[in-house]
Amino acid sequence: MSIQNNRLSAEEFTKNFVDVHPPFEHAEGAVIEANRCINCYDAPCTKSCPTSIDVPLFIKQIASGNIKGSAKTILSSNIMGGGCSKVCPVEKLCEGACVFNLLEDVPISIAKLQRYSTEKAIHEQWKLFERKPSNGKKVAVVGAGPAGLACAHALSLQGVEVTIYEKEEKGGGLMTYGVAAYKVTPTFCKEEVDYITSLGGITINYKQSLGKDILLADLQKNFDAVFLGIGVGIARELNIPGENADGVVDAISFIYNLRTNDFNKIAVGDKIAVIGMGMTAIDAATQSKRLGAKEVTLIYRRTENEKPCTDVELDLARLDGCSVIWLANPKEIISENGKVKQLVCSKMKLGEPDKSGRRAPVDTGETFILDVDMVIKAAGQIPFEEVIQNADLKNNQGKIMIDHLTATNHKGVFAGGDCVNGGKEVVNAVQEGKDGAKAILSYLQLESI
Amino acid sequence: MANLQSNFLGIKSPNPFWLASAPPTDKKINVLRAFEAGWGGVVWKTLGTQVKNVSSRYSAVEYNGQRVMGFNNIELISDRPLDINLIEIKEVLKEFPDRAMVVSLMADNDRNSWHELVKKVQDTGAHGLELNFGCPHGMVERGMGASVGQDPEIAKMVVEWVMEVAQIPVITKLTPNVHSVVPAARSVLKAGSNGLSLINTIQSVTGIDLDTLVPNPNVAGHSVFGGYCGPAVKPIALKFLTTLSQDELTNKVPISGIGGITSWKDAVEFMLLGASNVQVCTAAMRYGFRIIRDLCDGMNNWMDEKGYKNIEDFVGLSVPKMIKWEELDINYHIIANIDQDKCIHCGLCYIACEDTSHQSINIEKGNPYNKYTIKEEECVGCNLCKIVCPVSDCITMEEHRKGDEYLNWKEFQKRGLPLNDH
Ligand SMILES: Cc1cc2nc3c(=O)[nH]c(=O)nc-3n(C[C@H](O)[C@H](O)[C@H](O)COP(=O)(O)OP(=O)(O)OC[C@H]3O[C@@H](n4cnc5c(N)ncnc54)[C@H](O)[C@@H]3O)c2cc1C
Ligand SMILES: Cc1cc2nc3c(=O)[nH]c(=O)nc-3n(C[C@H](O)[C@H](O)[C@H](O)COP(=O)(O)O)c2cc1C
Ligand code: SF4
Ligand code: SF4
Ligand code: SF4
Repeated sequence: MSIQNNRLSAEEFTKNFVDVHPPFEHAEGAVIEANRCINCYDAPCTKSCPTSIDVPLFIKQIASGNIKGSAKTILSSNIMGGGCSKVCPVEKLCEGACVFNLLEDVPISIAKLQRYSTEKAIHEQWKLFERKPSNGKKVAVVGAGPAGLACAHALSLQGVEVTIYEKEEKGGGLMTYGVAAYKVTPTFCKEEVDYITSLGGITINYKQSLGKDILLADLQKNFDAVFLGIGVGIARELNIPGENADGVVDAISFIYNLRTNDFNKIAVGDKIAVIGMGMTAIDAATQSKRLGAKEVTLIYRRTENEKPCTDVELDLARLDGCSVIWLANPKEIISENGKVKQLVCSKMKLGEPDKSGRRAPVDTGETFILDVDMVIKAAGQIPFEEVIQNADLKNNQGKIMIDHLTATNHKGVFAGGDCVNGGKEVVNAVQEGKDGAKAILSYLQLESI
Repeated sequence: MANLQSNFLGIKSPNPFWLASAPPTDKKINVLRAFEAGWGGVVWKTLGTQVKNVSSRYSAVEYNGQRVMGFNNIELISDRPLDINLIEIKEVLKEFPDRAMVVSLMADNDRNSWHELVKKVQDTGAHGLELNFGCPHGMVERGMGASVGQDPEIAKMVVEWVMEVAQIPVITKLTPNVHSVVPAARSVLKAGSNGLSLINTIQSVTGIDLDTLVPNPNVAGHSVFGGYCGPAVKPIALKFLTTLSQDELTNKVPISGIGGITSWKDAVEFMLLGASNVQVCTAAMRYGFRIIRDLCDGMNNWMDEKGYKNIEDFVGLSVPKMIKWEELDINYHIIANIDQDKCIHCGLCYIACEDTSHQSINIEKGNPYNKYTIKEEECVGCNLCKIVCPVSDCITMEEHRKGDEYLNWKEFQKRGLPLNDH
């Protein structure tokens, strides 16, 4: 057993990381699907989209041949509508609410249709928006992730000059560094960021880290308002013995490497245990399998009923050949010569519901041992608590606290996205970025709420 | 097993489905294939003076992504030599003696031409003649086709010429490009026509290419009015058919129903409104001759289910159900009801009623599903919600009579009963 890279041929890597949700190949397919939509009134799909895209309208615009109008309908509600069409867990959002589910029929392929229009808009650089003349106001946005970009776009549209400070060297946030490689490509992520900033009035300063290269107090001084969209970053520790052994990695860095290097550079073990059952855990498990790991086992404290990922995601992992052990909690990592050898787990059972409403796992006292050479920790992410504390931002365990108008405890400083909600989806971050922009425009007396 | 045998003016066919005079019946190869597939009969593509066709010839109307909701053509009568057609007709008759062979005719507008054409066609042994007084394009400009059918006097004259030499049954095919088909129908029957058929195509412009701005079909950058047919024209055809079934002269002769027939249900509807048999063109052009299987099978199963042994048993049964507006019962009142278990919360009933009807549906906002209920006191029983609801039997119209007795509009007025106050 060993951890090694370059396990597969170039063709195999390409095949394994091909788009999981392929687009419509032909206009006919899109039009047939668009015509299947019955054009609901006060549509459940729209209500279940965090950015409230007018789904029946954009779908009917595809059916009528008005693709430009369709792209504009989508992007004016959700400027990352292109990326969202590839990464949204639609089974619990728009498509999960489509009325066809109530007919026991397949829901309309909303995301695939959304991709159809937005991909054209992005590739062909359609100029769908025009910003108002500059009004002299300047806003700083920290973080070029979905929340920051959505906020910047909405502000610039109204004539505000926006400067984004981003610690990485590319924009897109977790879209670029976190989302599974079989959902979006680096090229697409770059194109999407470029498309958003092509509006004008938005400057991104890369490799500028809040707390290090720039300070919140300076931003407050130099700008009329500040929006914080720094996301959550650090993987939660397991806090068990042996966690520092060679071969224990956290899912966020593992995926970060995968998204920033060629597939053949990424080393995986023969037998991998992935701890957790959220979206990140699923992504780490499926992608390590696709990189050539022989056996991948997901370890989760509770049962399938309480799992945080959706059925669709779990199915994806299962179809990739990953196995699952329910009611198991990592207790200790045993290593040999400093390298991971075994994972000891406690067997759990379900007790009373906890504050999340789900039944809590209780240790039975029994254990079992799994032979592994790699452990991927995906037991959740924690916020950038230090940065937030140092900036004197009121927070709840590192999650920035805001009022109903997205304002933080500092005057003129607003926040949204994962750094506030603790980690949801791209589409939520976009909406929170929009909300932030709206609040800032009102704060700057450019628009009333 | 019901008996689908049809006898139209003595012309027998194993089923009541004939192919209408059109490209599907314009030569031996097609007709043989049609008979092999099981069609009961054909009306051979119209013969007359030989003509020349253009390219392109067809266009169609799409609706919500469905192709060929309506179909349009600018073709003329047969462009093949008359002699070849006559030989082929003879050959087909020999191979399929049990199928109906009717030949459609359109001669130049003089007595001799008609006499000559009728005689030549009769010599083939064909079972009947259909006079094409309906073609709305190309021939009209030469005083033929619809221009004959639109003028009852000219129509009468031509039929008289035909009847002077006809020895087999004569059917006159009527044009729908008139406000009423009854005057022409009465006229041709007075002149001796033995039966009627309708409708021919309806003059139309099906659409325009928004890049070239040339309407369809495009012939070297120009277009002309065409003849519209296919599913879209069925309701118009049924209306014209009904007017013939209601007229005491025209309802005495057999009528062959044509216009948008695609399924056995369409055919049954034509027959319920008085057609003795039916003819099909667009559906065959769309899908090929194989559609005959379900046309026969579906009609047969429906007849078995309803206990009709022969097709004559149900011909015309719906005609008495069509009355005049003044005779309708004003006391009859229905109110929509939504089956909450079937409702999928699409809101289509609500927005239709709210924006365009009587604001009779209540909305209770929910996330993501709203609840819709009927305001019974507001509902006028118009059917709109039921029509737009995507779920069958989810909205039903329930009877809540306004009074026990039958009350029509004349009586209503006579009694000075109140009109709506809002
Ligand atoms: C592994 C994984 C897979 C995921 N898959 C999906 C998916 O399939 N679909 C989906 O909808 N969501 C997915 N998500 C969640 C989604 O990516 C996030 O909810 C979303 O990106 C949040 O957007 P954001 O703008 O709030 O934060 P982020 O995307 O995290 O963006 C924050 C930005 O701020 C920058 N930043 C951080 N700190 C600083 C600082 N101190 N100074 C300057 N810049 C800073 C970061 O570099 C980053 O660019 C996934 C998340 C993970 C971790
Ligand atoms: C329910 C209904 C009632 C109508 N009532 C009238 C009317 O009272 N007077 C009138 O001139 N047209 C009336 N029309 C005809 C419409 O004005 C219009 O000419 C027709 O519907 C064709 O247009 P459309 O099919 O494109 O909607 C009515 C149509 C409908 C559907
Ligand atoms: S943004 Fe996501 S949730 Fe919203 S409609 Fe598009 S695919 Fe669905
Ligand atoms: S719920 Fe489904 S059918 Fe209704 S508008 Fe949305 S996508 Fe179309
Ligand atoms: S149209 Fe039918 S399914 Fe849709 S909300 Fe109304 S009753 Fe329900």
